[in-house]
Amino acid sequence: MKKYTVAVLVNNQYGVLNRVTSMFRRRQFNITALTVSETESPDFSRITVVFDGEERSKELLIGQLYKLPDVKSIKELHRSETVSCELMLIKMRNEPETRNEIKAAADAFNAKIVDYTKESIVYRLTGDSAKIDEFIELMHDYEILEICRTGRIALEKGKSTIRNVTNL
Amino acid sequence: MLLSGSDIIIRTLIEQGVDTVFGYPGGQIINVYDSLYKYQDELKHVLTAHEQGAAHAADGYARATGKVGVVFATSGPGATNLVTGIATAYLDSIPVVAICGNVPTTQIGTDSFQEIDITGITLPITKHNYFVNSIEELADTIRDAFKLAVSGRPGPILIDVPKDIQIAKYEYEPMAKVTPFDPESAKLKRVSEAAEIINEAEKPYIYFGGGLVSSGAKEEMLKLAELIDAPVGCSLMGISGVPTDHPRFLGMQGMHGHYASSMSMNDADLIISLGVRFNDRATGNINKFAKKAKIVHIDVEGAELSKTVAASVALRGDLKCTLKNLLPLINKSEKKAWWDRINSFKADEEKYLDNREGLTPRSALLTLNKHLGENTPVATDVGQHQMWAAQNVCFKTSRRFISSGGLGTMGFGMGAAIGAQMATNEHAVLVTGDGSFGMCLNELATAVSYKVPLTILLLNNGVLGMVRQWQTLFFDKHYSNTVLNRKTDFVKLAEAFGAKGEAVTTVEELDKALTNAFNEEGPYVVDCRIDKDEFVLPMLPPGGSMDDIIVKVEK
Ligand SMILES: Cc1ncc(C[n+]2csc(CCOP(=O)(O)OP(=O)(O)O)c2C)c(N)n1
Ligand SMILES: [Mg+2]
Repeated sequence: MKKYTVAVLVNNQYGVLNRVTSMFRRRQFNITALTVSETESPDFSRITVVFDGEERSKELLIGQLYKLPDVKSIKELHRSETVSCELMLIKMRNEPETRNEIKAAADAFNAKIVDYTKESIVYRLTGDSAKIDEFIELMHDYEILEICRTGRIALEKGKSTIRNVTNL
Repeated sequence: MLLSGSDIIIRTLIEQGVDTVFGYPGGQIINVYDSLYKYQDELKHVLTAHEQGAAHAADGYARATGKVGVVFATSGPGATNLVTGIATAYLDSIPVVAICGNVPTTQIGTDSFQEIDITGITLPITKHNYFVNSIEELADTIRDAFKLAVSGRPGPILIDVPKDIQIAKYEYEPMAKVTPFDPESAKLKRVSEAAEIINEAEKPYIYFGGGLVSSGAKEEMLKLAELIDAPVGCSLMGISGVPTDHPRFLGMQGMHGHYASSMSMNDADLIISLGVRFNDRATGNINKFAKKAKIVHIDVEGAELSKTVAASVALRGDLKCTLKNLLPLINKSEKKAWWDRINSFKADEEKYLDNREGLTPRSALLTLNKHLGENTPVATDVGQHQMWAAQNVCFKTSRRFISSGGLGTMGFGMGAAIGAQMATNEHAVLVTGDGSFGMCLNELATAVSYKVPLTILLLNNGVLGMVRQWQTLFFDKHYSNTVLNRKTDFVKLAEAFGAKGEAVTTVEELDKALTNAFNEEGPYVVDCRIDKDEFVLPMLPPGGSMDDIIVKVEK
């Protein structure tokens, strides 16, 4: 199995996200990350989907997505040709015995403290998903209270955009 | 001019060339029905017995004409009753527009009386659907729906219109009838790749389905067949796409396909598939399917290409346009050795034919053939009778075999036959089974009310024959819940509905009954008694390959 990142440009209307994710559900694709946001034009939203699967199922999925009238264009984002990142908030239990070790790790990963109380510390971390995974791995030695990740977002390097994709 | 939303709905339908709608009224669509009353001289509404029947009728209307079929239903149960009909149209790519009423926008999301999220429910079974949020977008939404329904790969569209939108007033400007998006050819590079493979083939087989019918590419396909001297076969959805007696036509292939058609496909070194998907009923065991063949697959729907069977060349494009570009690149050739082989398959098929004396499924349908006109639409339900009809009924004209292929919906036939009759103005035929007829025979009432000239040939075997056949072959004759043993008297039933009918037990009686039926102005039920242990043959066992084909069953 490989990991794929696919960007989908869709009409910015209510219900469209549901149509897109419903397509994943029907064909039983397992999504590992999904982000949605408005784009440079208020008419369109951009959905970034990360999922695991075989090459063939990826092609079937793209074919199925093109059946939706609300889908304007689709682009597979290959790792070497894209910049991507993810944002995470992680809440750790704040205890005197572990405080310094956590802080050392956070500094090494360039994580910023965004909330501090006697009982808890919230760090914010951006970077590629692997880096975030590594940080979480380290934090497992201490007590993690809560994690929230945005999922990967990605843009192609260079001047080309999702808008100049010709279908298939 | 300033019109109410419900008037706008009717005016827009008329503007889009709709002459008939099928449906059933209710509280949340009552305003639309009031507008229907006003415009009754311009738009005919057919009141069915059940919304499912109305949906199938709109579907049958669309299948017979290629035009959009239209159905109305009220909110809640009216809308949910459409679901089977919409799904049937979706799986066979039939252009239908369903318009539902819903509770006023202020009540949406509050679980008010007869409120249902029908756009949510129909999301996976429509090509697209709309919830109309404001009166401003109403007319254009309907126009968009009509355009989308017939563009590219056709399909059903649902429009949900809350009651307050039906009541609100807005300026209406008549517009021209929408036209489908321009059909596009596949990329020329791919077309020439395909031509290369086709020119090399020694044993080509052309395989077409419903997509060929909807793109109207029959002539182009037959030209291709002529050029490369290929036989032509089809899926269930392709039947009637070319005249049954065309010398190149081998008939349907697949699980219950014609022997020579399935064998030739299996033996071919090239399959050219046109507007057809390779579903499991067509391929059997996918890993053993047509092992020797390269595949050139042309379809408007990119998602169908290499979905189940990998194609050597996949071409996304309109069939007619693409074939037009392909034809000049094809060399004329003769395939004498290939036809010797095909003819030997045909000779075998001849040997396996069921030529028993007396009233058998085949003799019944051959008798029916004598009564059919050039343009008679023949609808079916689902089961053994459907396969017998697919194998034995002769067609001259495209779009005359009306059958639920993808969903296999028992109960489809009555509504669909009524819709097809109204669309063509021809005497129509329904070939049904006792199980299927039982599901939607309420539409006999509709056929009587509207004096629909309809011959209902009921192949009455007293059982759910298709399921029974599987039980006989694969479940040690454990006839679990497939023996109907009902006491229904179908002739009396017909009479109770205000129709006529007769029961027949011999070919001669059947022949006479059909003469009576075809002379009737309304529906006529011919209760044709056949044995409960007839088989649909040949049969490829589910998951089997051509090596496992069953051509005879010892009783
Ligand atoms: C709505 C629906 N329910 C169940 C089935 C499964 N099914 C397929 S064929 C069949 C039997 C059909 O019986 P009948 O209409 O009498 O036709 P026969 O096979 O006897 O000709 C059944 C139950 C179906 N296709 N559709
Ligand atoms: Mg039966």
